[in-house]
Amino acid sequence: MSFQKKDLISIKDLSASDINYFVETAKEFKKIFLKDIKKVPTLRGKTVVNIFYEPSTRTRSSFEIAQKRLSADSLSISISQSSVAKGESLKDTVLNLDAMKPDAFIIRHSESGAAHFISKLTKASVINAGDGINEHPTQCLIDIMTVAEEKKDLSSLKVAIIGDICHSRVARSDIYGFSKLGADIYLYAPHSLLPRLTEHKNKKIVIAKSIEEAVKDADVVIMLRIQKERASYYFIPSIEEYRNFFKLTPELLSLADKKVMVLHPGPVNRDVEISGSIINDNRTHIFKQVENGVAVRMACLYILMGYQKIHG
Amino acid sequence: MNLTLKKGVIIFGGKETDLILDNFINGIISSDIDFSNAIIIGIKNGGVPLAGLIKNAVFNRLGIDCKIGYIDMTLYRDDPFAVKKSGYSTDLTFDINDKEILLVDDVINSGRTVRASIDEIFDFGRPRKIKLAVFVDKEGRELPICADFIGKKIKAEKQEIIKVNITSKKKFVEKI
Repeated sequence: MSFQKKDLISIKDLSASDINYFVETAKEFKKIFLKDIKKVPTLRGKTVVNIFYEPSTRTRSSFEIAQKRLSADSLSISISQSSVAKGESLKDTVLNLDAMKPDAFIIRHSESGAAHFISKLTKASVINAGDGINEHPTQCLIDIMTVAEEKKDLSSLKVAIIGDICHSRVARSDIYGFSKLGADIYLYAPHSLLPRLTEHKNKKIVIAKSIEEAVKDADVVIMLRIQKERASYYFIPSIEEYRNFFKLTPELLSLADKKVMVLHPGPVNRDVEISGSIINDNRTHIFKQVENGVAVRMACLYILMGYQKIHG
Repeated sequence: MNLTLKKGVIIFGGKETDLILDNFINGIISSDIDFSNAIIIGIKNGGVPLAGLIKNAVFNRLGIDCKIGYIDMTLYRDDPFAVKKSGYSTDLTFDINDKEILLVDDVINSGRTVRASIDEIFDFGRPRKIKLAVFVDKEGRELPICADFIGKKIKAEKQEIIKVNITSKKKFVEKI
């Protein structure tokens, strides 16, 4: 099968079989990491532009490594060093870069909908690397891949998502992605940080009444940090209180399924949303998520470039 | 669109296939390949069963249990998106440095698949040498590549597809 879109903006645009196709392709790309020369010539001659309007360690570096491992020519625009600092609009920035004929844009922006907006301005493929509080589709594919490597049947899983769900684009994408695959989703957060999920009323998404209810018998626990950059601290009384009621501790984790997987999209605020000891626990798969990040982003570039080659 | 399936023409089958296969494998085993230092690599998908047959024959006649690996060269194609794929992959989980490699495929035509496969092998290390064994040589080479071991040469038009079936009880080679 093949994916019939030039862009990857939202997990909502993907069917369950599309998600599986991306994940299966990523698993193949992961095998390249075992080689002596961790590079394939597949995207030779293709140009990819990374525009990150927000800080990033993992996403940006894994997109860049993915591009290098596929032999694409990549360019990363540092916003503070670019004409954005002189007041250039997003549209003008993209149109100017587009005039240099890149084949793909990777975009992270603080405004929800920025990636969708750009995709309408260019014929190049656009991958959403996080837009405001909307979506982070590649992180969702990473989380699904990481879980799928350990668990056979995703449709029978209980997935708990705990933390600043309201401001988390990862949570939004994960909710869409895991529920498309049939998993039960339990959300737990301070009431002020819970989203309104009206469109998912009929699906198996539960707002838990306590952290114990969310974690009990969970197969996957996804922890989220409080997003300082989105003023989340104004939504909670204090960090100390948050720590007391919303931190994942070893005692709480003992309520989960014996083979529970703990995920965190990073960056982690140790001992705020998650105990430091859990981070080093073998049930925690944070570094596996990071490793899979490169493979997933290689798969995304490969699939979208393939679509461009045939239909572009 | 014409949806009628094209019917294949059997080029050879039955005992003739067995005979050609035996001669092909005999030629490989009696060659100067040092099987104690060799790895057999089947090109996916057609080369996989042949690689298995050769490995078994080497074990039965020489008592050497050769390592076997598989190559899927899609990412190394000179037209990488011509074939959409997912689910197949290269499987070379051992050190190939300084090894003698027997690269196996069912059909050789343009030579582009072999070129891509050799490129991929070199990303895993530096083998001492690579020998190429193909069961059917469909001629029509577009690159300066020739096989060291050939089961049978067949003349066919460029658009004609050669299908090799050696896995079922009724072995045959057909032209579609």
